[in-house]
Amino acid sequence: MSDKVVRRRRAVLAVLVLISLCLLTAYFGESSSGSLHSVQRGAMEVFAPIQEGANRALKPFRDLFGWFGDTLDAKEERDKLRAERDALRKDVARVTLENRELEQIKGLQAQNSAGGLDDYEPVQARVIARSPSSWFQSFQINKGSSDGVRVDQPVVNSAGLVGKVKEVSDGNAVVMLLTDPEFGVSAQTLESGEPGSVGPAVGDAGDLRFELVPNAKEVRRGERIITAGTSTSAKVTQLSSLYPRGILIGTVSRIETGEGELDRVIHVEPVADLRSLDLVEVLTQPDADLRAQAP
Amino acid sequence: MTPQAAGRLALLGLLGGIFQLTTVSQVAIFGVPADLSPLLVASVGFLCGSIPGAVFGFSLGLFVDTVLLQTLGVNSLVLTAVGYGAGRVRELRDPAHTLAPVLVGAVATAVAAVGFSLLQFLLGVEAPISLSLLRAILMTIALNTLLALPVYAVCRRVLLPYLPDDPRRRRRRAYTTGGLSPLSRA
Repeated sequence: MSDKVVRRRRAVLAVLVLISLCLLTAYFGESSSGSLHSVQRGAMEVFAPIQEGANRALKPFRDLFGWFGDTLDAKEERDKLRAERDALRKDVARVTLENRELEQIKGLQAQNSAGGLDDYEPVQARVIARSPSSWFQSFQINKGSSDGVRVDQPVVNSAGLVGKVKEVSDGNAVVMLLTDPEFGVSAQTLESGEPGSVGPAVGDAGDLRFELVPNAKEVRRGERIITAGTSTSAKVTQLSSLYPRGILIGTVSRIETGEGELDRVIHVEPVADLRSLDLVEVLTQPDADLRAQAP
Repeated sequence: MTPQAAGRLALLGLLGGIFQLTTVSQVAIFGVPADLSPLLVASVGFLCGSIPGAVFGFSLGLFVDTVLLQTLGVNSLVLTAVGYGAGRVRELRDPAHTLAPVLVGAVATAVAAVGFSLLQFLLGVEAPISLSLLRAILMTIALNTLLALPVYAVCRRVLLPYLPDDPRRRRRRAYTTGGLSPLSRA
């Protein structure tokens, strides 16, 4: 290749670069009313109708390409929205769970203060496991002997009595539900004050019976049953109750009348929803009121 | 270069520029629009040589800057370099592979995108170097790579009567008919 061609090529490049740099410098340095800006605006005015015409004429092409682009974008957006939806679902589930727990904590605190359970030094515990079988009416909580939990201490939730502690390890405990066949508690009706004993209904899981009621005919449907606590005995230490007085157990749901007074069967529905327990409280000083009354 | 060839180049630049501004720029694929300007300039440079490439790049850049009311000279400078570079590839390497225009188009787009960004930063445009900017540059390069071959084919079709023999035709003829290469003709 001759030197002339090379020189010409380099010269053209140098000229073009130089013009570009001059344009750039001049344009950058002048005000918006400068000559280059004016030329640019004039050129834009000239090309504007051409661009407008081309814009209209090429709209079908743009729409066609746009459709492909929109489809890809829509798929991407769909995937993004699905991920967002899944995340929101998780958030809703978490918030719902937290809300439910907060409601339970609120209920427990209200019960502690209004119902006077604060005196019994309640220890809040979370249900961590429960048997899937209806034969075993028990569940496990995350508090144990190191938290002051002992065997036979009553367990309540925000609604009322749930059961009692059956077994204790260092950090966990097993709670027997009040529907367990071995469960029993001295009780009385809240309205008429009729004493008796509440125990599970044999062969009907989830149902309780109010038995050994001297004046069973006085008990009405819908009456509330509470724990009776211990009588005001002087020998508190020997006769201390498992359950403080006044904890709600359930309501009289049905009364079966027989031939005689002894044939009357009073069914009680527990106030606590025993199928969905999350937070409970163990009353670690169930005889605190009796201790306080002791001379 | 004959006046007819220059006329065709001008028409190609004008129509290509208008098509870019009115249609291609408004269609985003993978979130970015394609940029036909570097592909057109690289194709012209690759087909016609460094001087026509540089002049075509300068003119198209000036046209784009003018119509878009951008800083005059920025696109001219960048596209001049792209056209000249593509022409020099043709003159020095004379690649005959079918996919050579794809590689040239991809490199041209990368040079144009990076060069344009660099000039903007040098001019003091306050824009952070972000991941989204890098992503946009990479996506434009990828998109232009896909479009490089069709754009090259269109340019070749338009300029075919005025081109010096392109490498593939020349070699095919040399090997099959014993024709002379342009170098020997020169």
